[in-house]
Amino acid sequence: MEEHVHEYLPQHRHHFETEEQQREAGTFGMWLFLLTEIMFFGGMFFAYLLYRNWYYDAFVVGSNQLSIPLGGTNTAILITSGFFMALAVWAAEVRKKGLLLLFLVLTTVFGFVFLGIKYDEYHEKWELHHIPGAHFDVSQFVNPEAYGLKEKPLAPDMAQKVQIYFSLYFAMTGMHALHMIIGVGILFWLMWRAQRGDFTSGYVAPIENFALYWHFVDIVWLFLYPLLYLIDRHPL
Amino acid sequence: MSATSSTILNLPDQRTATLPKRHYLNNEDGLLSWLFTGDHKRIAILYLISITIFFFIGGAFAGLIRLELLTPQPDLVASDTYNKLFSMHGIIMVFLFLVPSVPATLGNFLMPIMLGTKDLAFPKINLLSWYLYWVGGLFIMAALVLGGVDTGWTFTTPLSTHYLNTHVVTAALGIFIAGFSSIFTGLNFIVTIHRMRAPGMTWFRMPLFVWSHYAASILMVLGTPVLAITLVLVALERTIGIGVFDPTKGGDPLLFQHLFWFYSHPAVYIMILPGMGVISEVVSTFARKRVFGYTAVAFSSVAIALFGFFVWAHHMFIMGVSNYSALVFSLLTMLVAVPSAIKIFNWAFTLQKGSITFETPMLYAFGFMGLFTIGGMTGVFLGALGMDIHLTETYFIVAHFHFVMVGGMLMAFLSGVHFWWPKMTGRMYPESLSKLAAVTTFIGFNLTFLPQFVLGYLGMPRRYHAYPPEFQVLNVLSTAGATVLGVGYVLPLLYLAWSLKYGPIAGNNPWQATGLEWQIQSPPLTENFIEIPVMDHEAYDYEWLAKKMEQEVTTVG
Ligand code: HEM
Ligand SMILES: [Cu+2]
Repeated sequence: MEEHVHEYLPQHRHHFETEEQQREAGTFGMWLFLLTEIMFFGGMFFAYLLYRNWYYDAFVVGSNQLSIPLGGTNTAILITSGFFMALAVWAAEVRKKGLLLLFLVLTTVFGFVFLGIKYDEYHEKWELHHIPGAHFDVSQFVNPEAYGLKEKPLAPDMAQKVQIYFSLYFAMTGMHALHMIIGVGILFWLMWRAQRGDFTSGYVAPIENFALYWHFVDIVWLFLYPLLYLIDRHPL
Repeated sequence: MSATSSTILNLPDQRTATLPKRHYLNNEDGLLSWLFTGDHKRIAILYLISITIFFFIGGAFAGLIRLELLTPQPDLVASDTYNKLFSMHGIIMVFLFLVPSVPATLGNFLMPIMLGTKDLAFPKINLLSWYLYWVGGLFIMAALVLGGVDTGWTFTTPLSTHYLNTHVVTAALGIFIAGFSSIFTGLNFIVTIHRMRAPGMTWFRMPLFVWSHYAASILMVLGTPVLAITLVLVALERTIGIGVFDPTKGGDPLLFQHLFWFYSHPAVYIMILPGMGVISEVVSTFARKRVFGYTAVAFSSVAIALFGFFVWAHHMFIMGVSNYSALVFSLLTMLVAVPSAIKIFNWAFTLQKGSITFETPMLYAFGFMGLFTIGGMTGVFLGALGMDIHLTETYFIVAHFHFVMVGGMLMAFLSGVHFWWPKMTGRMYPESLSKLAAVTTFIGFNLTFLPQFVLGYLGMPRRYHAYPPEFQVLNVLSTAGATVLGVGYVLPLLYLAWSLKYGPIAGNNPWQATGLEWQIQSPPLTENFIEIPVMDHEAYDYEWLAKKMEQEVTTVG
């Protein structure tokens, strides 16, 4: 029963009856995995919404400390990399190995640029004592004028809560960045296999499924950017 | 062939019977062929061995706890050691035993066969999840060896993040990793059920075992990630000072509670639903009837899974949820009892109308039904607000969840292991010994945990290593019971190991059961089916089975 009558691609695994079934199972599995990812980020979004409600003023001040231009640039960069990833799927489907490789490389490059800018933002927060914990500088928000900040002064206990904002900022963007780093790792593996010609013989499932993952990471950012950077920025 | 005798065990002739020449156990040899296997049946065996190891480690801690509680004075261990003992006991039992127990072993082994396919959808991910289980387990063991954790299995903040100087991060990381093992198992099951059913295997022809795993898998996939992120936040709070739960930074420890119980209440059903699946199979087989109200039982699994997400706050009645929401959660909690009750009633009806025999798996199943019912009913007490405020954090709670988890799940697990052992190994175990073990477990269990209800009601708090002398009699009873229970658990270990070599050959269908798994050889071939079966009858169709056996007799004879 091991010798099948029809011809199968080398990637066909014996426990699937048809290639169609194999491909559907893979895609379905990927969607389910993304559902777990939604729940994973969901815990943090829940915390964000709750605390934003409670400590509204602190969250406004916290948002104001982020750089819209940097965040905006990163948003554009991430969308572009997602676009290249979509093109990579197309290239694999039309079996163009050179193009597939090119688009995978571009996706990776833009992924790296995103991470670079993120690093820069983190570094700046470090210098400004915005990292929650022992070095966090609450006085900046109690007495913003002394620091040249155009903010509404906060009562000391509300100023404390700015730390929560930054805790969530780092937890959420950090988790997002971790997903990007894992994604870039997988991209290198995909490039290596693509150059062997694995995905230009009609077998495109890994490229497609990875693209789903990469788009998911994009989409998470499309929620993070407005929530963390944009909402209710009204410096006075 | 009619089952007129009291037993339906249908073993082949012992003078001539042999195991099939080729099967999944001897198909390939060597340790590496096991460590790199993609065969769901071998992975199931790997899991079975692994969870047994952790079960006995966790059990050893239970033994020490009970030994300490033999006397009112704190004489065996110091209080911080005691804290570590019950923490490790809880962590190991919940995350390394109960959560994977039935799904990763019996589920892994049977799901593809019951659906009529050759393997789970993602064999490599299945193997990966076993490795993740071990990596997680080793982290937890590392936390133990390095000096232990004393947070309890619930990791309550700010205790876990600020006040305890033990290996919380290591243990949390272990649970995080083991959590992914459970996510991947659930994911694999869901995809397999949706995409790989054999021709004719419609949703309502699936065995109830599959339905219950389907529901549990939904919980694993949706709930576990929330636990994962919660533990990550705890770890970040301890290591780099992020302040999501930290009140000194404005964080809220209650948020931890909400997130933790959002997983951990449904987790109770991750633990119990697969066990209910086992019971449905066993009850049907030994009553020789289709489970009464098949559809209701199937849907009740899914209902339990979905409702389970809306009752978490009953763990928080005394922790500062508002009176209004406490009322809502109290009502919702009562509601979840309904689908569980549906199952119990349907099993009872099945039994009432069937011709019952008392094989070992059935004895364990009776144990399950009795103990789970008590556990469940005391749960309804606890769901009632006023009662909960009196009983929470006392031994009543300890008794309640041991009735559900140990009385329920562990009985179901043992029932399932005894039921499918002949399929997994091709051999039968000594019947009288196995019946003795089932009865011993039942007696030992009740002796251990019934006194704890009383202790709790009288006000003995949990998690203390000393207590007022007037509680001693009940505690001695409980410790004595634990000893009997321990014997009940070691017995199967011994005779099952013995049976691997010396057990009588079981044949393909010793119980004359109807499931697809009983229609193939024991132990099965690596690829399960030589030809993918076509399912042309309902699940538990004993008339179909009788016809099939008649045909076999006429074609052979
Ligand atoms: C041999 C039988 C067992 C005995 C004698 C036993 C004993 C105990 C005791 C005395 C406690 C309470 C510690 C305290 O709160 O002061 C406890 C807690 C617990 N047990 Fe068991 N246990 C047994 C088996 C199991 C099994 C098989 C499981 C799961 C499969 C389990 C799960 C738990 C959990 C989750 C806790 C909560 C730990 C905590 O309070 O943090 N137990 N056990
Ligand atoms: Cu609960």
